[in-house]
Amino acid sequence: MAKVTIDGIEVEVPNGASVLQACEAAGVEIPRFCYHERLSVAGNCRMCLVEVEKAPKPVASCAFPVADGMKVFTDTEMVRRARRGVMEFLLINHPLDCPICDQGGECDLQDQAMAYGGDASRYKEEKRVVKDKYMGPLVKTIMTRCIQCTRCIRFATEVAGTAELGATSRGEHMEVGTYVEKALTSELSGNLIDICPVGALTSRPYAFVSRPWELQKADGIDVLDATGTNIRIDTRGGEVLRILPRINEDVNEEWLADRGRFSFDGLKRKRLDRPWVRQGGKLVPATWQQAFEAIAAAFTAPGAKLGALAGDLADVESTLALKELMASLGSNNLDCRTDGAAIDTSRRDFYSFNTSIAGIEEADALLIIGSNPRTEAPVLNARIRKRVVAGGFPVGVVGPQGMDLTYGHDWLGEGGATLRALASGAHRFCEVLRTAKKPMLILGRNALARADGATLLAVAWQIAAFNGMLKPDWHGFNLLHRFGGQHGALDLGFVSGLPMAKMLTGGVDALWVLGADGQDLSAVPASTFVVVQGHHGDAAAARADVILPGAAYTEKDAAWVNTEGRVQLGFQAVHPPGEAREDWKVLRAASAVLGKPLPYDTLEALRARLVSAYPVFAQGDALPRFACTDTTGPAGDISGLRDDALALPAGNYWQQDPISRASETMAECARTYAAPAALAAE
Amino acid sequence: MTEHHEPTSFAFDAESNAAIEQIVARYPAGKQASAVIPLLYIVQKQMKRMTDSGWVPRVGMDAVAARLGMAPIRVYEVATFYFMFNTKPIGRFHLQVCGTTPCWLRGSDAVLKACKDAGGLKGYGDTSADGNFTLSEVECLGGCVNAPILAVDDDYYEDLDYDSTVKLIEALKRGERPAPGSVIGRQTSAPVGGPTTLLDVAGE
Amino acid sequence: MALSDKDRIFTNLYGVQHWGLEAARKRGNWDGTKDIILKGRDWIIEEVKNSGLRGRGGAGFPTGMKWSFMPKQASERPHYLVVNSDESEPGTCKDRDILRHDPHTLIEGCLIAGVGMGAHAGYIYVRGEYYNEHLILQAAIDEAYAAGLIGKNACGTGFDFDLYVHRGAGAYICGEETALIESLEGKKGMPRLKPPFPAAVGLYGCPSTVNNVETIAVVPTILRRGAAWFAGFGRPRNSGTKIFCIQGHVNKPCNVEEEMSMPLKELIERHAGGVRGGWDNLLAVIPGGSSTPMLPKSICDDVLMDFDALRDHKTGLGTAGVIVMDKSTDLIKAIARLSKFYKHESCGQCTPCREGMGWVGRMMDRMVEGRAEVAEIDVLEQVTRQIEGHTICALADGGVWPVQGLIRHFRPMMEERIAAYKARSAGAAPVALAAE
Repeated sequence: MAKVTIDGIEVEVPNGASVLQACEAAGVEIPRFCYHERLSVAGNCRMCLVEVEKAPKPVASCAFPVADGMKVFTDTEMVRRARRGVMEFLLINHPLDCPICDQGGECDLQDQAMAYGGDASRYKEEKRVVKDKYMGPLVKTIMTRCIQCTRCIRFATEVAGTAELGATSRGEHMEVGTYVEKALTSELSGNLIDICPVGALTSRPYAFVSRPWELQKADGIDVLDATGTNIRIDTRGGEVLRILPRINEDVNEEWLADRGRFSFDGLKRKRLDRPWVRQGGKLVPATWQQAFEAIAAAFTAPGAKLGALAGDLADVESTLALKELMASLGSNNLDCRTDGAAIDTSRRDFYSFNTSIAGIEEADALLIIGSNPRTEAPVLNARIRKRVVAGGFPVGVVGPQGMDLTYGHDWLGEGGATLRALASGAHRFCEVLRTAKKPMLILGRNALARADGATLLAVAWQIAAFNGMLKPDWHGFNLLHRFGGQHGALDLGFVSGLPMAKMLTGGVDALWVLGADGQDLSAVPASTFVVVQGHHGDAAAARADVILPGAAYTEKDAAWVNTEGRVQLGFQAVHPPGEAREDWKVLRAASAVLGKPLPYDTLEALRARLVSAYPVFAQGDALPRFACTDTTGPAGDISGLRDDALALPAGNYWQQDPISRASETMAECARTYAAPAALAAE
Repeated sequence: MTEHHEPTSFAFDAESNAAIEQIVARYPAGKQASAVIPLLYIVQKQMKRMTDSGWVPRVGMDAVAARLGMAPIRVYEVATFYFMFNTKPIGRFHLQVCGTTPCWLRGSDAVLKACKDAGGLKGYGDTSADGNFTLSEVECLGGCVNAPILAVDDDYYEDLDYDSTVKLIEALKRGERPAPGSVIGRQTSAPVGGPTTLLDVAGE
Repeated sequence: MALSDKDRIFTNLYGVQHWGLEAARKRGNWDGTKDIILKGRDWIIEEVKNSGLRGRGGAGFPTGMKWSFMPKQASERPHYLVVNSDESEPGTCKDRDILRHDPHTLIEGCLIAGVGMGAHAGYIYVRGEYYNEHLILQAAIDEAYAAGLIGKNACGTGFDFDLYVHRGAGAYICGEETALIESLEGKKGMPRLKPPFPAAVGLYGCPSTVNNVETIAVVPTILRRGAAWFAGFGRPRNSGTKIFCIQGHVNKPCNVEEEMSMPLKELIERHAGGVRGGWDNLLAVIPGGSSTPMLPKSICDDVLMDFDALRDHKTGLGTAGVIVMDKSTDLIKAIARLSKFYKHESCGQCTPCREGMGWVGRMMDRMVEGRAEVAEIDVLEQVTRQIEGHTICALADGGVWPVQGLIRHFRPMMEERIAAYKARSAGAAPVALAAE
């Protein structure tokens, strides 16, 4: 530790800390543009200059290491002059077009200019004009505003791992861009907008939409992948206008994946905004009462076999309500594995990301099985990349060859044979894993969606056990889920009785489908009465006998469990459209009509019930570090593993769920990235 | 992207590949990115061989990136940062007039005028209609005691004035390549008329 | 006072003799190199320290001390010698002569410096424009390898030393040592933040020392003839001999190796045939390459050419590129052209340099015409102060010093220019400025 005095305030900071960090520790704010704590230090903007005793010139505090006994001054004439000077230089070629700039009101340059800018320009020469660059459908550029801080370049290169941004030419002609115009290929590209301190990189879909002071903000959880990214939902007049990440060091640091950021326009399209009931083979608008009565008729028919599915986007509370409703109706036919993944719920660590996302940084070897984390969980993948960049982190992959994960990896094979070799110790990569202190594996959930899925799960566990991943102080077995509702439903034990395949093929007379709008129900025989409760008119609605309009994740207070098993609360940002209602309320109302009223009238009561019945939800968003004290694996006949190649989720990254499929922005992304040839013609 | 025609492909030829082998060997294992400038020169040279115009097309930069295992953007950055890489086609001869103060004091304006007059050039950045010459202003060439200097491709012509520059350009047009160096017969950087020093030294 | 030929180090400065090894040996190069090496690292550093040698690339940092910063403990990280031959400071063309006429002084110096800093590999970074020069240097290195002077068991000492030539491609900034390292690593030549300094984290993250060509090339002779011999030239703390590049409005521009601390006037008159039109026709001199502020004739009359004397006059010895300007010179234009140079060569990394150099350049262009207000001279001065000392490297400092020197010594000339412009345009069309 080093003792440093900042403007007379003494602080102790670790050796190797920067002066800027010491200033922050002392509560002294240092203006900066290029410095970003999650990126390498560039030291180029020169805004953070401070005076250090005995130094003849002001020093860049972001880059200058502390020394014991150092005295730093941040408010001397030397410092003020330096900052005013830098600010003037930044502004001379800046267009000063704040009134038409989307960054206005949340612009670092604007804010700092208030503190250090002059009231009039002394610059009488012609200003520089820089041509805007095409960077794809998500990031809009107004490059004349660029202050060349290079944050975006460093983000793309270091965090996203897609080195396609750079600064070409030099001096005052230096321009930030891709040089060869192209759409950015990162699934994290929206973060460029956040880290750009000025209005050079802004959100294309949000262009000219709103001013920050007009927005109401609600904290939410992104459910469009299973990372559980903490988000802020900005709304105005009951409409979601944009989604930004919130900082959560353990989960998403401060990043958000593009699907989670940009697909919200899908919340306004294809919505189920009123109840529907099938009459004479056709769905017709109905009242809630009519819908509930139709349901009651089917679900309380004597001898009717009942079942329920909870899908990828179902929240915890409504899933519990559905489970308890089904129980009160005498059915335990429940399945939440709507993708057909052979998940074993007998132990939580059989289906959790036990290492934790932050724990990836502690691991020292990784085996990826049947997953492309870059497209399945881009923010989590950035954490893997961060660990790779830190060095000493070999990554082996069993799955498709030639995936671009944004980091180098050792492709081991595409399927069962390789897994068998890894499980028996015959594979060369076992040596890597077994000599590591904290090896981990990531098993893609999609890999389990095959006939021998249970076997595959057992084999993966055995690989973990055999290669030193399961220890009393380390749990290296990880299942990577794909959506925000999946882990929570497993925690509620929404897997019992008849499996989904049976329920979809006539095994039940009445079926309640919650939060699985994208589920293909076309094979369900006409004899099965189907209730679809959800928010989007996607595949499931087509086969519904009754449609109950529910709320999307931005429209309800709800708990979500991410792939790590972390319970997080999202808050209602806007009301559901039309007659749609929060899902637990729909179930509560239905239960009354069904004559089995659920024993909770408020969300608080429902949550009290949740916590008492399922203590895992009592932990809040704190995540206990898991260890593996019992290496006994999931049931499965290991010898039955087939040699088939492991399959990744179908389709493109941008359209994976009913919301993103309804999004125009995501559709444009899909078009852009599916046809790069068309771009070149532009 | 730009007005000129960018080729759609580039592959190193045998001569280039042989040179690349040698160059890459100069740098430690894993540090082959060090060879990016030398390889961009190789591209420029090969283009000169192939098209009689020494420049680096974008596909050439891509070829360098592929050869050295670099992200293409890192090569674009380098190719546009350093002034000696021509990112557009140039004429057969690259006339580079040093216009920095030491040469300007000794008459670089006359050299420039001679280049325009004899080369048929409108000004800096121009390529003559016959494709013979491209005229560029360059910053200090580091031959200041022999100012003013005109670099023709890689050769310095020194101690020029208007007439000697015209003579040089006319010679180039005729396909001659006068010996580089001082055009007034000076012994390199020694004073005109003979050195004041080194009159009594050991050696040959 | 003046150096005699027997005390000149670069005896083939003008290339009268052949650059090759055979001729070089006759000139005394590679004589007793093995013995020097066998005296060991500590002796070499101590001797270089005692010689008083200061870096010849512009900054004048004591060379022996610089070498002593290299880690003494061997580690798995190799050490590198990097030779800065990116000679691009306007007014400077001395290293060129060493490369093309006396390359073996440099190669021998590299080997000895390598021993002095525990480096078994060296890279000589030659500016891209020195194409023919780099070919000669490479040929001389090939000769040295073939003769067993460098490479495995260099000079039979058991010391292995590899030496490579690396060409730049037209960027003045690569003369800044960390920009040079970046460039050598295959990146844009953008200076690095310091600390860490190259001696700790340099080329490829390894301990490295970057020295100018001339600095390295004088070392073998110093060690052969003794530190005291070298220290005997020039004033204390300004020792040795130095190659001066005398140019501009002199009768006989030339490079010459002279004793440090020679009076400027004597230097010009003895070697360069005097100022064009006589000493009284002198207007100003830029004494040490473009970055050093100019001196008016009154100071030139008796100033000494060394680090301290020039520093006392708020300028510097720099690279010892002496740019002489007689009374026919448009000084404002001469400096404006330098401003253009620095604008062109700014790497673009730091805000003050990237934005400020363009501003200064544009204001200077107006000052050449006189199309400005007198008060803008103060703005110009302030802008240069706002740039100076606020950037990662010293390019920006060197870029604004010439302007400061102009204002310091010739402000009345700038005011006259403005007045003349106003007089010309009075009654004519409104000044363009007013419209903005």
